[in-house]
Amino acid sequence: MHTETKDYDNDLRIARPIVEGKRTLKQIDDAIIAPLDRLPNIKFWIAISFTLTLLMVGAIALGLSFYYGTGLWGNNNPVGWALPIVNFVFWVGIGHAGTLISAILFLLRQRWRNGIARFAEAMTIFAVITALIFPIIHTGRPWVAAVYLLPYPNQHSLWVNFTSPLLWDVFAVSTYFTVSFVFWYVGLIPDFAVLRDRATGKIKKLLYSVFSLGWRFSNRHWKHYEMMYLILAGMATPLVLSVHTIVSFDFAVSILPGWHTTIFPPYFVAGAIFSGFAMVQNSLVIIRKIFDMEDLIPISTLELMNKIILLTGMMVGYAYTMEFFIAWYSGNQPETFAFVNRAFGPYAWAYWIMFSCNVFIPQLFWFKKVRRNLFLMFIIAVFVNVGMWFERFVITVTSLSRDFLPSSWAYYTPTITDFAILIGSFGLFFTLVLIFVRVLPAIAIAEIKAVTEQGQPSHTHLHIGNGKSNEAH
Amino acid sequence: MIKENLYAISALFDTPDSIMKAADNISTEYKRFDVNTPYPVHGMDDAMKLTPSRIGYFTISIGLFCMSFMLYFMYWSNSVDYPQVIGGKPFFAFPAYVPIMFEITILTGAVLSVAMMISVLFKFPNNAHPLHDSGYMKAVSSDKYGIYVEAKDSNFDYSKLEKQFKELGASSVSPIYYDEEEVDWKPNTWDPKFVIGTIGIAILTSFSVYMHMNKVLFMVPFDWMMNQERADYGETSEFFADGYSMRVAPVGTIARGFIPYQYDSPDSASKYMTNPTVASEHNLELGQRKFLTYCSPCHGNMAEGASRLKGNMPPGPDLRTEFYQNFTDGRFYHTITKGKGIMAGYESQITREERWAIINYIRTLQKAFGTPVVKTEEEIAENSETKTEASE
Ligand code: HEC
Repeated sequence: MHTETKDYDNDLRIARPIVEGKRTLKQIDDAIIAPLDRLPNIKFWIAISFTLTLLMVGAIALGLSFYYGTGLWGNNNPVGWALPIVNFVFWVGIGHAGTLISAILFLLRQRWRNGIARFAEAMTIFAVITALIFPIIHTGRPWVAAVYLLPYPNQHSLWVNFTSPLLWDVFAVSTYFTVSFVFWYVGLIPDFAVLRDRATGKIKKLLYSVFSLGWRFSNRHWKHYEMMYLILAGMATPLVLSVHTIVSFDFAVSILPGWHTTIFPPYFVAGAIFSGFAMVQNSLVIIRKIFDMEDLIPISTLELMNKIILLTGMMVGYAYTMEFFIAWYSGNQPETFAFVNRAFGPYAWAYWIMFSCNVFIPQLFWFKKVRRNLFLMFIIAVFVNVGMWFERFVITVTSLSRDFLPSSWAYYTPTITDFAILIGSFGLFFTLVLIFVRVLPAIAIAEIKAVTEQGQPSHTHLHIGNGKSNEAH
Repeated sequence: MIKENLYAISALFDTPDSIMKAADNISTEYKRFDVNTPYPVHGMDDAMKLTPSRIGYFTISIGLFCMSFMLYFMYWSNSVDYPQVIGGKPFFAFPAYVPIMFEITILTGAVLSVAMMISVLFKFPNNAHPLHDSGYMKAVSSDKYGIYVEAKDSNFDYSKLEKQFKELGASSVSPIYYDEEEVDWKPNTWDPKFVIGTIGIAILTSFSVYMHMNKVLFMVPFDWMMNQERADYGETSEFFADGYSMRVAPVGTIARGFIPYQYDSPDSASKYMTNPTVASEHNLELGQRKFLTYCSPCHGNMAEGASRLKGNMPPGPDLRTEFYQNFTDGRFYHTITKGKGIMAGYESQITREERWAIINYIRTLQKAFGTPVVKTEEEIAENSETKTEASE
């Protein structure tokens, strides 16, 4: 296995770029830790000032909304669930790609994931943080939101409603955040130990010692550690599927035409992975430019991500058409109306933005040239993100704005405050991403070392080594 | 001296193959040894003759345990503590609990296993292990593969091991010493720094919670929900032509659920009113609850006239006497509604149904305890005192 195939281009088990650079294990440390050791370059400062500006815009909009109330938003009757829920679903979806890369591709033994897994996990965490802002501000009184959301003994003897999809959401999203965070931190422990042993400054050394918990690279620990990692991956996989399933229940469990469909759970999960990969790809393209990590995150990895975007994009396209079929096949009048109204009613513009961005544009990824062209793939992924945002907009707003009773129909237009908050959410997300790459190793050092060519034992002289579950042989 | 505390002899190897061989070799002779590698080397567990990790059993048991607890909690809060019909579902709506049960299983399984692994299996955090800060540690954290045998091992022999390592192809062999003071250091709960820090944190959190609950929530804009613009009764209004905020019901209408009480004397009430309710179990339970709440402070828990008011007000009479047995239900109703003498009326506090239920309950008490023998004043006072103590 290790002797004949040295064809790095096809052997995805090996993290190619690092091998291509013929780096020793020590040079891997240096390469990955480089952004932490040197002072940030001008590109970093430009990028972070830009994202911080976006964040400020959002912060001001939020401050105004808290001061004057949510009347500053476009939410009206009947569209009570407007941009806040759209943004929430959008951001939670973004997070899904991270878990897919770190957990599902881990279980499927896709070695190319190792180079981007840490980064993708961090993105999950930041995306979920960003997402969580929206349901909380949507209460209008975020400083008492915990009181509405969590079951705690109170003087009214009231408990939260455990049968409501909205409460399932509270549990699903907070579980998702916690488990992703634990998964991420467990992965970071050995890397903190590497940093600890390299650190020169006293404060740095103290911090890294604390976070590494005293990790000693002992094989008696690796044994449990690897098993735990596998278990976490195994648990994160159904978890990530459940999270967007439950988010889709927010809609599917209601009786509104256009929401009340059984296709929603798989359709939402596919959409989440679709938009999530687009976002990971976008951020990776930016990050590798800013931090000069072109050789650590190779084009081939991005190309593979583009293939997944193409695949999930077609799943989403299938769901869009299937919805129409079911609406017609059901023979249910309000249902049929809801879908015809979506595509040809007052929100037709949003529907067709969604449809072309999500279904038509990604088809360009059939061409290898496009898949490997940085500029084109970036633009396409931006379109995918726009399209996926519009998907949530279309689902939420069209169904609410025209339901059963024509007398209660109304058109919804977001206000400038709504958009400012959306912009701010992007600012928050990318600020966190930039800071993360600056202060923590963005690539899992131990994981990369384990898949380099010189890191593999050859097993010729010893009769050992069957079935370490995460090794592909 | 530091040098005297030999912890272990360590050897560094350059390739994964050589460390595998070394581990395989050393593990046949020694028990207290360990291998340190920058990443988990595939097959090392077998070379070291370690049993596979069984942490998964812990994960599944703790996850399922917490899941059952959550299921019980949801059952208890929705079916026992505060039953509510929601969306026409039964109180115990199992299918609707499944998503939360699933999430709790994952949450607790993941978090508690990691916590268990770190604290119980690894005994972390521990930054005072002899290996820390040694050249050996710095090498294995980057690109070397290390193995060490502790001095405590029963077969430990420095020179023999040194030779053995060299033969296995070690690139360097070195002893590891430890500083007893550092390794034996135990945290002290009464360390002044720790105590002051803890108290400081406690004061800070109490202060901020106090400020939040008592000051911040009453500041603009947080208080705006409490201080909304609205018309209060008794205020003048520019909006309405008559200048009053309070509106009067249009002539000839009755507010929903409100039936005016028309009798002005106990006699007319007892003449024209009959009890519309049946003394069912449910009705008597209601009556008992309301009686204990509204009447028992003055009339006693069994309507025996044992007041709990400690003489601040004359006790209510014993309602079981023949005199009251002969009261019609209508007359009782009138007393509860309008009061009698210094007993206030309960028209605004007790609903009509509840008033009838109380009457049914008093009737039951009368039947159950029969007509009491009339007591002297002292006896009554004494009785009420003992009752007071008992009820406290
Ligand atoms: C604050 C103490 C107090 C409470 C509470 C109270 N009572 Fe009385 N009640 C009295 C007193 C004192 C009298 C004697 C009044 C009198 O004769 O002037 C009385 C008299 C009565 C009488 C006799 C009236 C009559 O015409 O002789 C009845 C019947 C009665 N109460 C029923 C009730 C019921 C039923 C309740 C609960 C809804 C209740 N009381 C609550 C203090 C109380």
